[in-house]
Amino acid sequence: MRILQIQKTDWSAGLEKSRQEYTLFGPVKEGNNISKFRELAAGEEPDFSISTTTMSPKSVVFPQSEVMFTFTTDSASPDCNIMKVPEKSYSPRAIIGIRPFDAAAMSIVKMNFDTPDYRDPYWCDAYEACTFIGLAVTDPESCDFSTSTGTGPFDISGLDVLLVDTGEYFLAEVVTEKGSTWIHSAGFNNEADAESIEGLHSMREEAKKKIVSTVEFDTINKKETLELYNESYWDSISFSCLNCGTCTYVCPTCWCFDIQDETAHKNGRRMKNWDSCMFPNFTIHTTGHNPRNTKRMRVRQRFMHKLKYHQSKYDKGILCVGCGRCVTLCPVNIDIREVCKQMNNS
Amino acid sequence: MQTYIDKIREIAARLIKDDTIEMVLGFQEGTIPMISPPISVRTADDVEKLTWSSHCCINLANYLTDVKGKVAVFAKGCDCRSIVNHIAEGKVKREDVVIIGVPCNGMMERHTINNVFGDEIEEVVEEDDGTVIVRGKGREEKYRKSDLLRQSCRVCVHKNPVLYDELVADPVDVPEDIKRYEEVEKVEALEIDDRWNFFADLISTCIRCYACRDACPTCYCPTCFVDEAQPQWVGKGDEEPDVMTFHILRAFHTAGRCTDCGACVSSCPMTINMRAFTKKLEKDCLDLWDWEAGLTPDMRPALETYTPNDPEDNFK
Repeated sequence: MRILQIQKTDWSAGLEKSRQEYTLFGPVKEGNNISKFRELAAGEEPDFSISTTTMSPKSVVFPQSEVMFTFTTDSASPDCNIMKVPEKSYSPRAIIGIRPFDAAAMSIVKMNFDTPDYRDPYWCDAYEACTFIGLAVTDPESCDFSTSTGTGPFDISGLDVLLVDTGEYFLAEVVTEKGSTWIHSAGFNNEADAESIEGLHSMREEAKKKIVSTVEFDTINKKETLELYNESYWDSISFSCLNCGTCTYVCPTCWCFDIQDETAHKNGRRMKNWDSCMFPNFTIHTTGHNPRNTKRMRVRQRFMHKLKYHQSKYDKGILCVGCGRCVTLCPVNIDIREVCKQMNNS
Repeated sequence: MQTYIDKIREIAARLIKDDTIEMVLGFQEGTIPMISPPISVRTADDVEKLTWSSHCCINLANYLTDVKGKVAVFAKGCDCRSIVNHIAEGKVKREDVVIIGVPCNGMMERHTINNVFGDEIEEVVEEDDGTVIVRGKGREEKYRKSDLLRQSCRVCVHKNPVLYDELVADPVDVPEDIKRYEEVEKVEALEIDDRWNFFADLISTCIRCYACRDACPTCYCPTCFVDEAQPQWVGKGDEEPDVMTFHILRAFHTAGRCTDCGACVSSCPMTINMRAFTKKLEKDCLDLWDWEAGLTPDMRPALETYTPNDPEDNFK
C-alpha cells in the first residue's frame, strides 16, 4: 500500500488539478454554526477544521429529496404515460475530508441498497461515482465512540484514500485503485519516508486512545429478540422522545426513504424523500391502522434495528458507526450509548 | 440553583408520598453538557434523579396532553402559560394537573454557548453569582449568564408562573426596560423582498425533522397538516416552497397561543430561529387585540374568538 507525503503548500494546487476529472464534495460551514457536505464551488476548499459535520455526508449519495422520474397524463404530449428518469450526472465525484466512520457508514448502507436481489439505481450509481478521500480523526470529539463500533479514527474500510494531517504536512495512505486514480489526477507523487510512516502509526494509536466513550453489544446479540422487545425499560427510554426525525436524519447509517408523487394538473414527478421510523406516518397502513402507533414502539424499533436486528441478520456488528451525532443533537438527550448499555447489561 | 433542586426534590417526594398523583414531570441531568432532559418520576426512589439547571429548555407542558391521571409538573413561566393555554383549549383539566411553579431567570441553550465558545464544550458550570464557566479541551472561559441566555429568555416578561399550586422559590424580578420586540421591528423595517429573503435565508438549512413542531406544546394536532396524505397539502421534499409552507403555516397555527418558550429553537438541530415567525404574530396579537397567550384559562385564544370591538373593519 502506497503512502504519500503531501506538503500543505501543494494541497490547494493538487485539489484544483483533480477538478479537471472530478466534481469535488467536502465539509463546509453553513448558517448558524452548522456544517454539512455539499458540492464545492469553483475555488472553494473543504473545511478541515470541522471535526464531525452536523449533517452526515450520506446526502452526497442519498439526497434528502430526489426526483425518481417525471410523468404526464396529457394525451397531447408525446411523453404521455411514459415515466422519464431525469438526466443525472454520475461523472466521478471525490468526497474530500469524509471522516472514516462516515465512510464506513456508506459501506453499511450499501448492504441495503445493493443486494443480490435488488439494486437501487439512484443510490448505487451515485455511490459508484464516488471516490472517498478520508480525513483521519486526530482530535476526536467526546461523543465519538467509533472504536467500539468496529470503525475508529483511522479506519480505512470505507475509504479509497486516508489523509492524515500531521500538522506540518498530509500523509496519504492510498487504499484502493480508485484512490490511486484520484491521487494521480491531483498530481501527488511524493512517497513518504519511513520516519513519516512510523509517525502515522503512532498517530493512529494516539487517536484511538483519545476515544474514551465506548459501547458494548456482545450480549445483545446472544439475547432472545422477544426478551429485549418485551423489556419494561422502553417506557423510561422513550418517555421524553419528541418523535422528531433528528436522530435518523443526522445518522449516517439510517437509510429509510418514502416515495411520494407530486402532481400538478396532468404533470407530476415521483420523489424519493428521507423518511424516519420516529414518525407515526412511517408505518401507517392505507386502512388507517398503525402497527407502531405509540412513541414507545417507535423508539424501541429504532434501537432494536440499530442494536439487535442488524446484528441478528448480518452478524456484522451494529447499525451504528459511533459518530455521536444523534447523541449531541437529540433535543431531549436520548443517548444511544446508554440505551445500548441497558440492553446489553440488564 | 442547589436551593431550587433541594426544594424540587422535597416537593416531589411529598407529592409521591401523598399518593394523589400518577407521576411528577421534571428535568434530570443529561449525559452530555448543556442539556437537562425531561423525566417522569413515579417512585420515591427516583426523586433524586430530579434536578434543575439553566439548560431546562424543553417545555414540559408538551408532555401533559398524552398522559392519563393526575400529574404534577415543574413549570417555568413559559411552561406555565402553555399549561394555561392547554386548560383554555380543553386539552388539560385544571384538576388533573398540580402545577409547581419555578420562577425562572432564563435558560441557556447549547446553540448560543457553542457559538460563543467556538470549540467543543466538555463542561459548563454555573456559579450562583451569575458567572458561567465553560470548559473545552485545554481552554476555559468565563461569561456572564445574561450574555448566554437564549433569545426568548432575553425578551421574556413572564419569568414567574402565572397559575400554580405552589412555588419552588420566591418570584424573581422582572426588569421593566425589556425591549420585547426589537428583533421583530428589525424585520418589519425591511423592504418586502428583503423580508421574504430574510425568512427564506432563515429556513434554508431546515431538514424537516419537525423537532420544532414536536417540541411545541401548542402543536398537538392528531395529524399535522404536513402529514396529511389525502389530500396532501404540502410536498414533503426539501425544496423552499414546501419548507416555507410548513414554517409559515405552523407559525400561523400557533398565533395567539405561542408563549415564546423557545423550545422550538432549542430543539432544532440546525439552530434555526423559527421564533422570528411566531414572535411577529405574538406582537400582532398584542397590538391588535391586547392579547397575550396563556395568562388566563378563562379566555379563548385570540384567533379562536370574536369581539365586536375587533379593529378589522370588515369584521364589524
